[in-house]
Amino acid sequence: MGQQALNGVFVGSIYALFAVGYTLVFGVLDILNLAHAAVFTLAAFIALALVDAHLPLWLALPLAVAAAGLIGIVLERLAFRPLRGRADSNISGLISSLAMATVFEAIALQIFGPDISRFPQGTFPDRTIQIGGASASLLQLCIVGTSVVLMAVLTLLLKRTRLGRQIRAVAESPRAARILGVNVDRAIAMAFFLSSALGGAAGVLFGLAFNSISPDVGRSVELKGLAVIILGGMGSVPGALVAGFALGLIEVFTVAHLGSSFRDAVSFAVLFLVLIARPHGLFGRAAAREA
Amino acid sequence: MADLFLAYESLFAFVGINGLLALSVYATLCCGQLSLANAGFMAIGAYTGALITLRAPGVPFIAALAASALAPAVVAVPLGLPVLRLRGVFLAIATVGFGEVVRLFFVNWDYTNGALGLVAIPQRTHLWTIALALALALFVLGRLRGSRTGYALEAIREDETAARTMGIHSTGHKLAMLVLGAALAGLAGGLEAHHTFMVAPGGFAFGRVVDMLVQAVVGGTAAFYGPVVGAAFLTVLPEVLREAGARLGLAPGPFRLFLNGAILLAVILYLPNGLVSLPERFRRRARGAA
Repeated sequence: MGQQALNGVFVGSIYALFAVGYTLVFGVLDILNLAHAAVFTLAAFIALALVDAHLPLWLALPLAVAAAGLIGIVLERLAFRPLRGRADSNISGLISSLAMATVFEAIALQIFGPDISRFPQGTFPDRTIQIGGASASLLQLCIVGTSVVLMAVLTLLLKRTRLGRQIRAVAESPRAARILGVNVDRAIAMAFFLSSALGGAAGVLFGLAFNSISPDVGRSVELKGLAVIILGGMGSVPGALVAGFALGLIEVFTVAHLGSSFRDAVSFAVLFLVLIARPHGLFGRAAAREA
Repeated sequence: MADLFLAYESLFAFVGINGLLALSVYATLCCGQLSLANAGFMAIGAYTGALITLRAPGVPFIAALAASALAPAVVAVPLGLPVLRLRGVFLAIATVGFGEVVRLFFVNWDYTNGALGLVAIPQRTHLWTIALALALALFVLGRLRGSRTGYALEAIREDETAARTMGIHSTGHKLAMLVLGAALAGLAGGLEAHHTFMVAPGGFAFGRVVDMLVQAVVGGTAAFYGPVVGAAFLTVLPEVLREAGARLGLAPGPFRLFLNGAILLAVILYLPNGLVSLPERFRRRARGAA
């Protein structure tokens, strides 16, 4: 039981980290960024390439995260900014992000090949730690720790800093924010930087945790991420955080009690039921959003 | 020479099947609903047709195809009733979830060999069968344009609330188009199963419905024949450019993906009404220059 809960928290922390960035962009632009999972994949590959180039992991991780953030800015510039102000920007933005996701996946496929790549042995010290009756590897604990710290940083940044206030103002109303002197384009670009950096961090941690990276590794997390942001309420950062851990725990207990073939099905069942019964999720605004 | 024809025959077959699939996405898109359940509908159609052919060999092919179209259409009704209340992105997400549940169902179903799928399906699909199905789909969707129902669908696309105020039964119309799209996707699935000899759940993943959407959008959803143009363009182009890609040292898989993505991005940014709006645009430019 304790062991299961620990595993759930571990998987959930990666889901939460991925979904927090996903939902941040939706909150600001009301657009679902389907390229988020592709950034996740690219960041994992970048970290792998850096480690292969004999960089230590503590350096490769922040570098890959920063690179993911920059990819996010490029993504916003190419696929989202040109569509701003268009009447159907919700759907066309979704489609243009899909286009960028395809391009990113093609790049990953061309450079790294379709096979599974792995971090070299000894990238991370292999040590197991006992907590109560449960055991966890040092890597797992570091992954949970890293994600929690990153999410706390994001929350503080959104709450306390000038940039965070600007991003929240744009999320509320781009027009009002502009009148109040907020540089809307810059705030949106920064939201993309933060979102993609967190998505990239999730990718690197996922790659380390399961030690298998392939160009389609983002696909499964992408759909799980959708379930998380729906459960948490679209656009709600604390909601995504809670829902990420919740989904991780639900998954682990499903595997334990129903068998592993139900693992993926359960997240879609959650997604479906929440959409039908409570479309604004746990923490979303009650007003129907006509996205 | 015969080899060449055979190679092209297969290409034409895929153009037709992809055209049907793009039309199935268009069916809901033309009343403003982005439904991404079609890979799931296609899977249901493909498995239904293949199971009938394999387990009941006496049944004529046309009946198997009819069942391929009918089965997903029946499933679409209970799916659509709750789901079509959702709008925009939420509908898209819910239908993605449905598609994945269908795929996972077939992965875990032992009767259809799980992830391996059904193999050695007799090849019954001919080029003319596909052409006929495509013509039929185009005829139905073409007749819809300019009809009372067609105008109702356009009204729902432009402003659903206003359409309801005018007395248009929006849920009924949306459901009808979802069912039509499901039938088209299922038909395409049945045709493909009897063309490629096999059906496996891997072929109906999220990427499949993305392909359909890409083709519909690139061709253009303002005209009912646009999705077929897009499907033809995106199916043939990688074959034509394969040599050029190989010369640049690009493997065919990533090259096709890259082309798809780049073309889709270019179209959505610069040509929002798709390839079929190109002639109109040239004409306007020529007039402007004169």
